[in-house]
Amino acid sequence: MGIFETLSFALPELVLVIGAMGLLIAGVFLGDSAAKHISLASVGLLLIAIILVIFGPGAPTASLFDGAFRIDAFSDFAKVIVFAAAAVAILMSDRFLGGEELGRPEYPVLIVLAVFGMSLMVSATDLISLYMGVETQSLALYILAAFNRDSRRSTEAGLKYFVLGALSSCLLLYGASLIYGFTGATSFEAIASVAKASDANIGLVIGLVFLISGLAFKVSAAPFHMWTPDVYEGAPTPVTAFFAAAPKLAAMALFVRTMVTSFPDVIDDWRPIIALIAVASMAVGAFSAIVQTNIKRLMAYSSIGHMGYALIGLAAGTSSGASAVLIYMSVYVLMTIGAFACVLMMRRRGGMTENIADLSGLSRTNMPLALILTILMFSLAGVPPTAGFFGKWYVFLAAVDTGMIWLAVAGVIASAISAYYYLRIIWFMWFDEPAPAFERDTGPVLRFAAWACALLMFPILTVFMGPLIKTAEWAAASLF
Amino acid sequence: MIEQLHSDQPWLSLLTFAPLIGALSIILRRMMSRTDENGAIADPREQAQIENNARWIALGITSLTFLVSLGVYALYDPSRAGYQLVEEIPWLNDSIKYKMGVDGISILFVLLTTFIMPICILASWNSIKSRVADYMIAFLILETLMIGVFVSLDLFLFYFFFEGSLIPMFLIIGVWGSKGTKEFAGVSMPSRVYAALKFFLFTLLGSLLLLVAMAWMYAQAGTTDIPALQGYEFPAGAQKWLWLAFFASFAVKMPMWPVHTWLPDAHVQAPTAGSVVLAAILLKMGGYGFLRFSLPMFPLASADFAPLIYALSIIAIIYTSLVALAQEDMKKLIAYSSVAHMGFVTMGIFTGTQQGIEGGLFQMLSHGFISGALFLCVGVVYDRMHTREIAAYGGLVHRMPLYAFLFLFFTLGNVGLPGTSGFVGEILAMTGAFKVNSWIAFFAAFGVILSAAYALRLYRQVMYGELTKEALMAIPDLNWREWLPLGLLMLFALFLGFNPGPALSVFTPAVELLISNYDAALAAGGR
Repeated sequence: MGIFETLSFALPELVLVIGAMGLLIAGVFLGDSAAKHISLASVGLLLIAIILVIFGPGAPTASLFDGAFRIDAFSDFAKVIVFAAAAVAILMSDRFLGGEELGRPEYPVLIVLAVFGMSLMVSATDLISLYMGVETQSLALYILAAFNRDSRRSTEAGLKYFVLGALSSCLLLYGASLIYGFTGATSFEAIASVAKASDANIGLVIGLVFLISGLAFKVSAAPFHMWTPDVYEGAPTPVTAFFAAAPKLAAMALFVRTMVTSFPDVIDDWRPIIALIAVASMAVGAFSAIVQTNIKRLMAYSSIGHMGYALIGLAAGTSSGASAVLIYMSVYVLMTIGAFACVLMMRRRGGMTENIADLSGLSRTNMPLALILTILMFSLAGVPPTAGFFGKWYVFLAAVDTGMIWLAVAGVIASAISAYYYLRIIWFMWFDEPAPAFERDTGPVLRFAAWACALLMFPILTVFMGPLIKTAEWAAASLF
Repeated sequence: MIEQLHSDQPWLSLLTFAPLIGALSIILRRMMSRTDENGAIADPREQAQIENNARWIALGITSLTFLVSLGVYALYDPSRAGYQLVEEIPWLNDSIKYKMGVDGISILFVLLTTFIMPICILASWNSIKSRVADYMIAFLILETLMIGVFVSLDLFLFYFFFEGSLIPMFLIIGVWGSKGTKEFAGVSMPSRVYAALKFFLFTLLGSLLLLVAMAWMYAQAGTTDIPALQGYEFPAGAQKWLWLAFFASFAVKMPMWPVHTWLPDAHVQAPTAGSVVLAAILLKMGGYGFLRFSLPMFPLASADFAPLIYALSIIAIIYTSLVALAQEDMKKLIAYSSVAHMGFVTMGIFTGTQQGIEGGLFQMLSHGFISGALFLCVGVVYDRMHTREIAAYGGLVHRMPLYAFLFLFFTLGNVGLPGTSGFVGEILAMTGAFKVNSWIAFFAAFGVILSAAYALRLYRQVMYGELTKEALMAIPDLNWREWLPLGLLMLFALFLGFNPGPALSVFTPAVELLISNYDAALAAGGR
């Protein structure tokens, strides 16, 4: 493949990275007053990237840069959702950052750079490109977490994220080097063939454990979840909204690709580890969220739990398991964006509120918002008729299909427990006496995003789940 | 293979989603109104108008749904055993379909549902004062989900409606429930919230186990089509586990002893119409589930676990009847008596005999009328006096003769007096039990005696005696909105009591088919 042909496959990434640099330069020259325009331009970049992914070069799969990256249905699926989630996150930030005097042109540029990293992650097929993608993403995210640099909490969040993130990167690198040492290869394909030929040797398995630890940190699965609540709470809310959606999907896609393409024949060695991480995450998500009073912390624990459910699909390790992960994560991303759009609308005179108790009686003071949140909470709890239920169904199906009934049972017990705290939010909104009303003027973007996500959860996706499932199955099939 | 007659027109979808259309129209009306910054509707006249509209829309739509269900019944051929008016389109993929249909077992539950709903709307006409529009929306959505449960012919779709029906009921109990606080785990919360949460979480945990079983069945059989699964032979070892998972779900819903504790709480806290729906329809989903899934899909396990069911049923019948004797709260008493009556249902169903199953079905129908009516009766005095304490009443017969008459009728129906529908169900279920083991019937018969004890005690304390309490002196008798539904329910209960033939003849073909398949499966499995 010639260099130009190779680059033609990487067009979306090229657009992102060149565009981001251009915007950075523009930001430097134009100053803070141009922040709004640069935001819009970044959204434009992401939209162009989405179009390029969908209508780009027709080949269904292509291996680029000597097997470092692979463009296939799986990466396309993940990229489209990541780009879209990031674009929505940038749009949702505008008003908040303006209000807090944080509207700086670096913000959207950093998001685009992080997205570029995610784009590398989801198509990485080599340990080196994997690490490259993860670091590109993480470095941008560390800065974003500390974006409100005059706030102690935000700075603390950024620092914590950075220190723990660096540790996890070490683990990841250590695991990668062990794997390289024992297989003599860094490309997933080569690792898979060595692992198949040599039976799982102990060095490889130890490397694998470190690799899994590093990746589990990136998806914030227990027991590597400690950073999540603090970072979620400390970071500016729109940043948290971004953190909770796109990076989770990208890291999960990377996780799935790494495990099923490079270690398919040693699945018996890693399946119990993933299953255990899944159970631990679900348990942490279910129990720790019960006592939270801050809605951002609650969402942090809830996202840990959701990563546990998604990991059930990975533990299955089959094509249907991988598609279950994609289905679950797509639904999760939508629910999360919707929920954070609602959190961003929790604004009274004098600033944002983050307490769950502030939602009291919302169904009387602000019926539309209460309705949206109710749909989203039931969807997060996985109760039909919302789309969250279909996500759960597919991961449980994948587990049962591979004989891991116990894992599915653990999943349902966790979801019954976690239903409690989602119900608690609903109970505050519907059953309690009203707290002072939120400001009504929330701007069209947040309202539109929240409505769109809620209506997608119910009834749109309820009725038209079929196409999403077909697409996810088609995407997952390209891994095998 | 079970016969399936397809329908060209989506009658059942129309029936199922008709109430939803009503709910949407109320929502639209609400959204068009102007609100102030606190979210309240600015103009009090408009507020009143919206509320009135909501009442009339709800009444109109539920009545219309009832008419549609009568139309569906007219299209249904009761002499055939299989599924009729079947419609199907692919949904999630080609094997998880949107498929609906009715047979002799489900059609009467559909009619029961559509009949009870307008009554519930009437019962809430004046007794619900806050957030009327929201209330009506919740009820209409609930009706859609309940009809959906009974007409689904796909297990996945069934589950979808079955669990979905928790949401509106949760809100109905939590928002419009009664006052009072409760200490739980060191937290003080309103007791309606406690009841709503308990209702939701109990049922959710039970039905989530069903979800896992369903995933296994889908992985094994490659379909969630109910007729196909009824024809699929699951291995005997697996049947045991699947049966237990389904049992977890339906036993909580039914509810059976010892997982019945959510019911008294939910009943006491729910508004009158909520209690009526809960008793008349939601509980029936458990019995319906046993008949639709447990018996036909896992016949071997059903036969093996039958003694467990008998034991639990008898405990429910005797123990909860005794508990009912000790109650001070009218709604709690009726709630416990519901648990006892459902004991007859489960006992009858798992005898696997024609009489037993038909008795169970009949008992569910009859209980739908009678216990629904009893909760309405309690609602009548609760609306006037705002207390459910038995001790707060006495001598009402002097002031409310019409009420006393209707209440007496339903009390006797609850006891199972011959001539009321309550008698037919109980006697059939006990006959079925007699065929299997006379001891079961012997113990179950105690339930009939005990039910007379608690029901008549309730009646005596509330109705008879001197009218001494000051507050009761001016209590008015029933108005038309109260006696009309009660009168209708009485007519049905009387009609079914004297002439159970029509209802039974609708059941019979479906039950006969069920039993012949059941016996064949048992014979093949060496039981």
